[in-house]
Parts: sequence; structure tokens; C-alpha cells
Amino acid sequence: MAERPGVYICSGCGIGQSLDIGKLVKVATAELKVPRCEAHSFLCGPEGVDLIRRDIASETVDGVVIAACSPRVKTDAFSFDPLMVLDRVNLREHVIWCHKPNDEDTQMLAEDYLRMGVTKVRKSEPLEPQQDEISKRLLVVGGGVAGMTAAIEAATAGYDVVLVEKSPRLGGFVAALAQRFPTAPPYTDLQAGGVAAQIQQVSYHPKIQVLTSATIRETSGQPGMFDVTIAAESGELKTRVGAIVLATGWRPYDATKLGQLGYGASPDVITNVEFERLAAAGPIVRPSDGRPVMSVLFVQCAGSRDERHLPYCSSTCCMATLKHATMIHAQNPDAAVFVVYKDIRTPGQYERFYRAAQDHPLTFLTKGEIVGVEADGGGRMAATVKDTLVGEQVRIEADLVVLATGMVPNAADGAAIRLVKDSRATLARAEATEPQKSDARKKIADLAHHEGTEILCLTYRQGPDLPAHKYGFPDSHFVCFPYETRRTGIYAAGAVRAPMDGAHAQEDAMGAAMKAIQSVELASRGAAVHPRAGDLSFPSFFLQRCTQCKRCTEECPFGTLDEDPKGTPQLNVYRCRRCGVCMGACPERIISFKNYSVDMIASMIKAIEVPDEDEEKPRVLVLMCENDAYPALDVAGLNRVHYDPSVRVVPLRCLGSLNIVWIADALSGGIDGVMLVGCKYGDDYQCHFVQGSELANRRLENVKETLQRLQLESERIQLTQLAINEYGKLPALIDEFMDRIRDLGPNPYKGF
Amino acid sequence: MTTTQVHRTAGKPILVIGGGIAGVTTAVEAAESGCEVILAESLPYLGGRVARSYRYFPKLCPPGCGLEINFKRLKGNPHIQVLTQATVDSLRGTPGDLEATITIAPRFVTDACTLCDECTRVCPAERADEFNLGMGTTKAVYLPHKMAFPAAYVIDRAACRDGCTACRDACSYGAVDLGQQPERRTVKVAAAVAATGWAPYDAAKIDNLGFGRFPNVITNVMLERYAAPDGPTRGRIVRPSDGAAPSSVAFVQCAGSRDENHLPYCSAVCCAASLKQATYLRDLYPEVPATIFYIDIRTPGRLEDFRAKVASDPHLSLVKGKVGQVTEDAATHDLIVTAEDVQSGKKVTQRVGMLVLATGIVPQTATLPAGFATDDYGFVTRVGGHIGLLGAGCVTRPEEVSATVQDATAAALRALQAVVRSAHHG
Repeated sequence: MAERPGVYICSGCGIGQSLDIGKLVKVATAELKVPRCEAHSFLCGPEGVDLIRRDIASETVDGVVIAACSPRVKTDAFSFDPLMVLDRVNLREHVIWCHKPNDEDTQMLAEDYLRMGVTKVRKSEPLEPQQDEISKRLLVVGGGVAGMTAAIEAATAGYDVVLVEKSPRLGGFVAALAQRFPTAPPYTDLQAGGVAAQIQQVSYHPKIQVLTSATIRETSGQPGMFDVTIAAESGELKTRVGAIVLATGWRPYDATKLGQLGYGASPDVITNVEFERLAAAGPIVRPSDGRPVMSVLFVQCAGSRDERHLPYCSSTCCMATLKHATMIHAQNPDAAVFVVYKDIRTPGQYERFYRAAQDHPLTFLTKGEIVGVEADGGGRMAATVKDTLVGEQVRIEADLVVLATGMVPNAADGAAIRLVKDSRATLARAEATEPQKSDARKKIADLAHHEGTEILCLTYRQGPDLPAHKYGFPDSHFVCFPYETRRTGIYAAGAVRAPMDGAHAQEDAMGAAMKAIQSVELASRGAAVHPRAGDLSFPSFFLQRCTQCKRCTEECPFGTLDEDPKGTPQLNVYRCRRCGVCMGACPERIISFKNYSVDMIASMIKAIEVPDEDEEKPRVLVLMCENDAYPALDVAGLNRVHYDPSVRVVPLRCLGSLNIVWIADALSGGIDGVMLVGCKYGDDYQCHFVQGSELANRRLENVKETLQRLQLESERIQLTQLAINEYGKLPALIDEFMDRIRDLGPNPYKGF
Repeated sequence: MTTTQVHRTAGKPILVIGGGIAGVTTAVEAAESGCEVILAESLPYLGGRVARSYRYFPKLCPPGCGLEINFKRLKGNPHIQVLTQATVDSLRGTPGDLEATITIAPRFVTDACTLCDECTRVCPAERADEFNLGMGTTKAVYLPHKMAFPAAYVIDRAACRDGCTACRDACSYGAVDLGQQPERRTVKVAAAVAATGWAPYDAAKIDNLGFGRFPNVITNVMLERYAAPDGPTRGRIVRPSDGAAPSSVAFVQCAGSRDENHLPYCSAVCCAASLKQATYLRDLYPEVPATIFYIDIRTPGRLEDFRAKVASDPHLSLVKGKVGQVTEDAATHDLIVTAEDVQSGKKVTQRVGMLVLATGIVPQTATLPAGFATDDYGFVTRVGGHIGLLGAGCVTRPEEVSATVQDATAAALRALQAVVRSAHHG
């Protein structure tokens, strides 16, 4: 606890012209009894900063409250010891820039913010970084081109790597390729395939331990201290690593499901992967009779971009087909090559290769859809094509039909596997109700096929592998952060993350290796990874009061918490991303950070002065996501847009850290309404802690029931979803809510 | 059990040239792994092209959200030195041991600036607003945009009136220094990463599409600014000729891209960008008809879902055909679009109120010092040049934000390797 908070009030930027600074000083000294309070007309200038520095150095103060501009600006000027307790009271963007100057309500707002800031500092403790022996060794799972790249590049940067490959040989899919896509100017010539050089490099690198024919039995622990049990040829071995790169690649879509495209009807209908094997084995001949191929039909999107099969685009099949066409023409320039496609997708410089392949006079590309493929009776295959641009149904005969089948990730969906396990447990529970059991049976029927696909075999309460997206790829949900993983320290790379070709997989593997390195480096400093990168705080649990309700272990978006057999949470601090969702979930309020706690926010709420009913000054608490809504309100200030001064804003790390006791405290303390402003949720959720605002909304449903019992209108609470660039709407949203609160009249519990 | 020891705080810094999403990513990813980083951006603010975009596809989320996180990462990291208005004049040396000379143009506003805005109130001069692509103006002293990082004003001296000192006189904090001179720095770095990004292809060069001649022909980057709440029209998509809502809109894909006469490559992002912009239109005008003329719709991977979702809009048609000619009805400033069906050769003619050209990506290398290797189209090759210079993002190939961030992270690892090597070899 900061016992000697110093309060430093800036009167610059018009703050002094709009507020009674003397009264603010009095609130700090006479009312809040802080040992030190100074006002300065240019606090961020050298003299002002020096004032604060001197007080810190002389230990006059052990915590600092800076009442000036937004915490988002002047961070360099106001940067002191990162472990020290500090709060920034936003008198500029949130008070004087958006409220009437020298007005009673504006002054009351500023005074409340000061009370809240001092309370926050008093309720915070200096940080003590977590320190443990952190392993900086990396585990790479998968010995294909992505995995080998991750291993080599991390080793080159100085990190030890253990590389685990399930099959007896390294190289994966790319090892079987005769030729690869062009990635260097002039982008028109195929490159030599094979990965022999890389295999050599991995095998003899002093920092890389290679285990082939090896699978993972179990991965326990957390970033910086994962304990991995590996079943290898030589027996079982245990090793400790700090971070993991998952590079397990892909498999072709099951062509036996593509009967309508002729697969299975004749040996002369093959997949693009089978074509690669044919080409690698020697000249390309007809599988049925070994005769030369004079004409080939390539069917694009065989199983991709198709709701019945893979709804997504597999990204690489267009280039693969153009490569195959080039290989056929290299062997026999007189062969006719037909390609039936939906769109030809050759982004970037790959367009040059498309052009080069298309330039061959016997390459015929047709947009269309295959109706069927059958033997034409004369030993060839015939395809019927509809929806062509010429508008007619077309028949194409060919010696060989190649289906450009798509990519399926070699991934396991940890969340799905966990659901099956939980559902089985429900069925086994005697006291489970029939609806619960029926729901469990449905989940098992839908998801049981995921069992047995485990790869990492994490001992996490939330499942043995990374959670996957709807198509099975354990990809990030975020455009701007492709490595934003839901399991700290574990990063997917290559075709397991998203459909991509070998060259892109290699780039991706480097990125994932970098994130793995970064996670161990941050762990070694006790610091959080993205998005709260560098945060040195971490949650602690007062377990004596835990009721084993499991809300925290279930709601943590990152699988941080495990459970002992009784259901008591077990913290794995290096998995934690410091969002506070567990703190919001806990009904017993036993989870807190040194600088962020249920008690701290509750005390800040209690610090708000609630005028008596007859003063007709309502008070509304606004809890805001600090990354999006809070900056949006700053911009409203920058734009000098005014809104009702009855609101009191408290930034939260994430709306998911909302503990409903705050709402109960606010309403029982006479606050007239509570507004929550968080990120958009749903399929395209924007919360970087996954479900924060959605969880908050769910918790509110319970509060609303309580309110009804207390005969308080549920309209007194509102959750608004807001994006950071919707600052133009925010003041009006606040005013609308205030109008509603005024219509409802004062909180009847005022003064109790 | 060995624990790797990497001593890199003693190592040389890395230099990242360009402070858009690629450069910012390379900088924060490297710095959080312990590298010292110098981030040099030529503009007065970071964020580059994404800061000027309204929303990302496919989630339609605002770029400001991710930028806010990244800027917080920058602010909290003492290992990153951000230089704005900085150009790297030269890079010399050998791999792992480079000497960079950097010129920092004067901002004329010092760190003492508090953002109080008194200066713009008194400033009598205006300049074209480059943040809004020249659509609109700012004062000569200005904050680049509301969420700008660094959050600090800057003066465009070329726009100032002779001898005017109004801003300096108005500043209570002594933050205006009209006599500031360019600063030259020489630094030793272990690696340099080109992350200078892209510029839209100059649409005026595509004669047949009418840009520059017909006011209602605009580009996709302009539309991005129209749609943005901090854009020149505050989020309204209107016709430049009369400020009215368009009665219909057409998008021309591959405006310059996949064209031997202009850009022979595919710019990779324009298909998804036009689909995204069709949603902007729909948000504002529920029933305004829109057409996208395309050669191929390129939405790889999960973007296919986005294509399907947008294409289900009953007022949007996707027409496979290359636009051959655009003429204008001089009376209404409507546009008559003639498209050639690529395969059947049939002609389609359509009258629209506004035409959006999906102009492509041109690598921006003009501000790079000599030494980077480039391909035939001017893209920096990722690992190239005789002194081991690196590249990341759209200056290396046309790509969307997610892929840019991914390879910017990869570039951070290459840079880290150079730091480690240089520490070992002195």
C-alpha cells in the first residue's frame, strides 16, 4: 500500500483557467490528507517533473498521483520507477476539454477524479517482478519445411532447440516435391525442390536436437518451464523447454469424398499430391496403362471453396496447378492442358508465373464448374463443365484428370477435446439433470471425433492443444496480430496455422520462432507478453476463501489456471496475460493484482461523492475498456465535444475483469446508473482478451435479476459496444444514457 | 539441462526504416526480445498507411485498436528510440557492422509541446492535409491526426507566412522553436530493415479510366479516407463533383495491376479491399447498387468467408470483366463504364454515379539509402544486398496487414540474428 501518496496537480493547458485549483489542493490535503500536494503550471516541463523526482528520491512520497493530462500522453516525461505506484488523473481530456469551464459540475467531476486517483494509489502496492529459473530452449513440433526453418533460425539466433518429428524422416511434404514455386526474380522459373540442405543443417547443428519417429506424450507446466515427455524410438524422454512452435503442417483433403469429380472411378483421376509423386518418380504417364499423357484436365477447388467440403480457399492450389502444367509442358510441349477454375489466385509476384504458364499455346484456362467426370469409353476421361463464361455446357476429354485438392490442417482442437471430456464427466455425474445430460450427449456426438487427435497433450484444464477456429486451424483471430495465441508461449506456424505454400510457411516459421524467443525473454524478466507486453503485475489468489466454483478456471481466456482434484485453481503465472478476467469472475473476490484489485476499484467507486437526492445531481459510473473506449473518450476531449458531467469514468484492463460487486457497491452507494463500454463481441469479436465484453454482459444478466428483486430498474445498467474509432458517437451515447437515468429518477437507495 | 545465454544488450542496435505497421511491428517484436532498436520514420507520425485506413478486412475492425496496443508497447519499452521526420541517407559497412547516417528534419515544435492547441488557433496559414491525401487542409502548425503517435504538433515551415511568429508567441510552454535546424546522426547498427511500405499506383497514368479528368472517379485509398470519421467528409461517402450521395457505385479491380503497361504483378489486397469498401457503402446507403468489375476475385484462405458474406448482398453484383473505357456525362458528372468480358468478348455498359479504382501497390523505395537489393518491379528482396540488408512488409511484396505483420516479425528474427552474430564477432 502506498502510504505517502504525493499529489501533483497541473494547472497548464487551461486546467487552471477552468478549475479551482486551490479547492483541488484542499481536497487532497484537508480531505484526503495526503502528505504532499503541489500544483504547477507546467508539470510535464523539466521543473515540474523534477519536483516529483525529488520527492520520490527523498522518499517524501511512496506513490504518485499526477492530475494533469491523459495517461496516454506525456508518458516519457512522467516515467519514473516502473515498480512504483503511480496514477494519472485525467483532468484535461476527460474534464476541462469536454465540460463547461468554472462550473460547479465540472469542479465536482475533477474533485471526484482526484479522490478516485488517490484512492487507487492508496490501494495499490509496488510491484515485485516474478523471478524463476526460465528455460530458453525451444520445442519445435513438426519436421517439415516450417519446423526445420523455425529450428534453424532460432538456433542461429543462439537458442537451443529440440525438434520432434512424428515420421521417421525429416522434410515433410516439401521433401517430396520435384520443383517449387518461383520466389525470386524473374518469378517465371520453377525452383529446384527438395530440402536436403535443410535436413543436413538441422541434423548437424550443435544447438538442435532432432527426434524422429517421436511424438509427445505430455506437456505440463508453463512458458519458461514446460516439461515435455516425448516418446521416441530410443524410449521415453523428458525435457524442459521454454516455448513451443507448432509446425505440424497439413494433409490433403480426402479425395474419396470427391466421387462426383471422378475420383475412384478410374486410376487416371488423381489428386495434385499424387501428381507430385508421379512427377518425382519419373516421366508423367497415365497410371492406368503407363502410356504417355497427351492431355490433362486440372480441376481447381476440388473440395475447396465448397460448403459441402472445405468452405475456405486453400490458397496454394492455383499455383500448384500452374506448376504442374509447366512440368507437363517441359516434358511434352505438345500436351494439351485444360484448367477449370473459379478464380485464378496468384497474388503478388506469383502473377508473373501465371502469365508465363498461360503463355503456353496449349494451356487452356476456363472459368466454370465441373458437373461430372466419367470414362468416355475410349480409354480417356471426359468432364462436363457448366457455368462457363460462354454460357454453354462444355465437354473436355483428357488422358489424365488432376484434382487440385485443398489443405486440411494437421491440428487438434484442444477446446473441442475438452468439451467432450467435460460432457463425459457430466454423464457420469449422478446429480446431472436430464437436459444437462442430453446436451452432453449431443456435444459428444458432435465432437467425439476430435478425441485421439492430440498433438501437444497439454495438461491444461482447458484442453490438450491450442483452440482451433471453425475450420480447424489454430490461427490468431486478429488481423494486426497473426501470432496472438490463446496459449501463451505456444505459436502455430505454417500450413497448420492457415493454408499457405512452403515459401510462406518458412517466413511464417521465422515469425513464430521470434515470438517463441520473445516469450521466453519476457518470462525471464517476469513480464507479460502481448497485448500487455512488459506488465510486471500478476494475479495472486487468497485460496483459504476459495469455494471451488471453477469460474476462474473456466473463464480464463488463456488456459492459465489448472484445477486440483477438488477444483481449487492452480496458478501458472507465466501463462497469464494479466487481463483480470479471473478477478472479475470470482464471486469470493479472492483474486487480485498488486495494482489492480476488486477492492481497489470498489474503493474508487466509494470515493465518488454522491450528492443528496434533492440536489438533483445524478451520478453515473462508467467502466471502460482502457485500450479502446478510454482512448475514444480522449479523442472526444481532443475534439472538445461536451457531454454530461455527471459521469465518473473508471478504466478497466478489460471489461471481462468486471466484478459484479462493483455494480452492487455503486447502486447501494446511491449511484444512479452504471454504463459499461467495451469492445464488440460476436463472431468478429474485437476484444484482445477474447470474450471480455461478452463475459461482462453475461455477468450483467445476473445483476439485472438482483436489481429486479430490489425493485430497481434494470435500465440503470447498460453495456455498450464501441470501437476505438467511434469517438464521434461516444459523447452522445453517454448523454442518451444520462437522459434515461434522469427519466428514471434518483436511485431510491441514495442516502441509505 | 542447458539454458541458453544470449548476451545482446551489449550488442549493437538494429535500424528499422519506416514506421508503418511493418516497421512498428519489427521494432516492438525485436525490442521485446531484448534488442536495442532505432525506428526511423520520414513522416511526423507513425502508423503509415494503416493509420489512414478506416477498417481492416475481414473483421471490419478499426486499425486504431491494434495501433493503440502497439504504441503502448512502444511507449513502455526503453529499448526503442523513435525518430520521426527522419531519413536514412546512407548505410555502409559489412553484414552485422553497419554505419547509418540519419538526417532528422526539424519539427519546429519541441518535446515541451503539451497538445494544448493554442498554436493552431492563432496560426494564419494553411497547408494541404497529407494525412487525408490532400483532401482538405490543416493549419501550418498541426497535429497530424487525433490519435497520432508521437502525440505532438509539427510545423510545415513551407506553409508559414514570412516572418510570422504567431504560434511561438502563443505557446505558453516555449515549445515552438522556429530556428530549429536539421540534425545529422551517425549510428552503428547490426542490421537494417527496410519497411518503407507502399504507395498507391498513380491512377492518372491509367488513361482509359478517367481519373483526374472526371471528378467522380476516385481511388480506393481516397474512399478509405471518405469513410473514416476523421476523414475529409467525416465519414460520408459522397461524390466529389456535388457532395451528394452517389446513386450507384462501381469498383474497377486491377486498376493498373496485372497489366503489362502498368504493374505486371497482382497487388494482392485490392479484391478484399473493394469487398470491404462495398460494406462501407452498404452501412451508409442500404440500397445503393454497386458493381465490382474484376478479372479474378482473389480472397485466399479464410477471406473466402468474407467474399461469400459480402457477395450475398442483393444490391452488389460481381461482374467478371475488364473495364475498357470510362466516359463522363458532362451534365450530371455520371460515368459511363464499358467493360469487356474477358473470355466471351461481349461488352457491358453501365452508368454509375461514382467510380472507385482499386489501384495497386507500388513499393516505396525512394527514401531508402543505397544498398538494398530490389527485383524488376522495385520490391526489396527480403535478404539481399551485399551488406545483408533486410526487408519487411509491402516494400518486399504486395500483401495484406496480417501477412505484413507476420513477415515483419520474421524480419525481427533476422535482425536479432545479426545482433547475436555481431556480438560474437565484435
